[in-house]
Amino acid sequence: MARAAGCPFDPPPEARAGQQEDPLRRVRLWDGSTPWLVTGHAEQRTLLADPRVSSDPDRPGYPSSVPRDPGGSSISFILMDDPEHARLRRMVTAPFAIKRVRALRPAVQKIVDGLIDDMLAGPKPADLVEAFALPVPSLVICELLGVPYTDHGFFQSKSSTIIKRDAAPEQRFAASQALSAYLDALMGDKLDRPGDDLLSGLAERVRAGELTRGEAAQMGVLLLIAGHETTANMIALGTLALLEHPDQLAILRETDDRAVVASAVEELLRYLNITHNGRRRVALEDIAIAGRLIRAGEGVILANDVGNRDPRVFPEPDRLDLRRDARRHVAFGFGVHQCLGQPLARLELEVVYGTLYRRVPTLRLATELERVPFKHDGSVYGVYELPVTW
Amino acid sequence: MKVNLDQDKCVASGQCVVAAMEVFDQRDEDGIAVLLNDSPPADQADDVRHAATVCPALAITVEE
Repeated sequence: MARAAGCPFDPPPEARAGQQEDPLRRVRLWDGSTPWLVTGHAEQRTLLADPRVSSDPDRPGYPSSVPRDPGGSSISFILMDDPEHARLRRMVTAPFAIKRVRALRPAVQKIVDGLIDDMLAGPKPADLVEAFALPVPSLVICELLGVPYTDHGFFQSKSSTIIKRDAAPEQRFAASQALSAYLDALMGDKLDRPGDDLLSGLAERVRAGELTRGEAAQMGVLLLIAGHETTANMIALGTLALLEHPDQLAILRETDDRAVVASAVEELLRYLNITHNGRRRVALEDIAIAGRLIRAGEGVILANDVGNRDPRVFPEPDRLDLRRDARRHVAFGFGVHQCLGQPLARLELEVVYGTLYRRVPTLRLATELERVPFKHDGSVYGVYELPVTW
Repeated sequence: MKVNLDQDKCVASGQCVVAAMEVFDQRDEDGIAVLLNDSPPADQADDVRHAATVCPALAITVEE
């Protein structure tokens, strides 16, 4: 489904059709299958929290967004069900606890300040994606995981191939193999010379026999990709959305109140909802919801971008309003698979949105909106580049 | 108000701590939520209700 011309921040009209009268309806996918598309915010939360839906793409009926990789995908616990999912996920929850993440604020602030210094000292116009949006989360996740940032060219290019919807299955598979091999080698280093980073923590569990080295490497792949791709897109797309809504940008430029910035982050997460492929599940049993019956074995796509524009929850949903209470959004999903890294994403976005526009008050787009290359072909939405000047 | 927390359901998202830091905390070893006060005062009631709403695992229930 395509977004409407001139509305790069809004979900595709076709996806939103019938949201009020019909929060669940059938859609046809590229492979001819006809899973349910769930567009209602309440129905999405209910289904995502229901243990009778599975995240396992190997189950018949799973509504895959792309042809399956020839080797089968294996990006760790996001594609597993409990109890296996919970066993693995709980091994990496501690570093993402709220207080531990908040303690990283000075380190994140230093990274953000340093990158802004470099950008301001460099040529104009600059590509905000390359100069800022991608390095911020890449540096942060490298630090947290214990991945050498000098390898960023390699892992950024492999990650972007893996999440590109129109990449050939073989290309995606090769990229995912390369990243797995890289993380496996890194896991070897951590086993020999452990540090105090997250991957060393996983190596410790491998040594204790709680986890195989392969499982640990796959978790590393997941955290590395998820840790920089999503936040990078929120930074660049969020900046573009703010530049297109100068009255909203002014709110951030003129405040040093962390609560105002934190609220703005929630609204930008709701409004942009960059994971625009929907959350994908398959029913394990018959589930009655909103007057419909989802049969066991039928696929379910939870369109969280559309759910975040549900007027029953968010009045005037298409208005970007940094002062609204948007905290009930489903941009991070819901249920046991809700984004593990959300406290870190929130922290990075709070520091970025709270710093960039105050330090560069004249920041503006160096091209026309129509010429900005949007990631219509990615499973994570955003912009490929964002020429800015100041 | 009486608050219940089901730690077996908890997925350590920390949403409850963000919503109501006086009432919820997280274990150091795995981030699983802990209840600091199961009978919070009235001025924290809204925050606790919000914590129950945003908990992705539906692990928090509130009896008014």
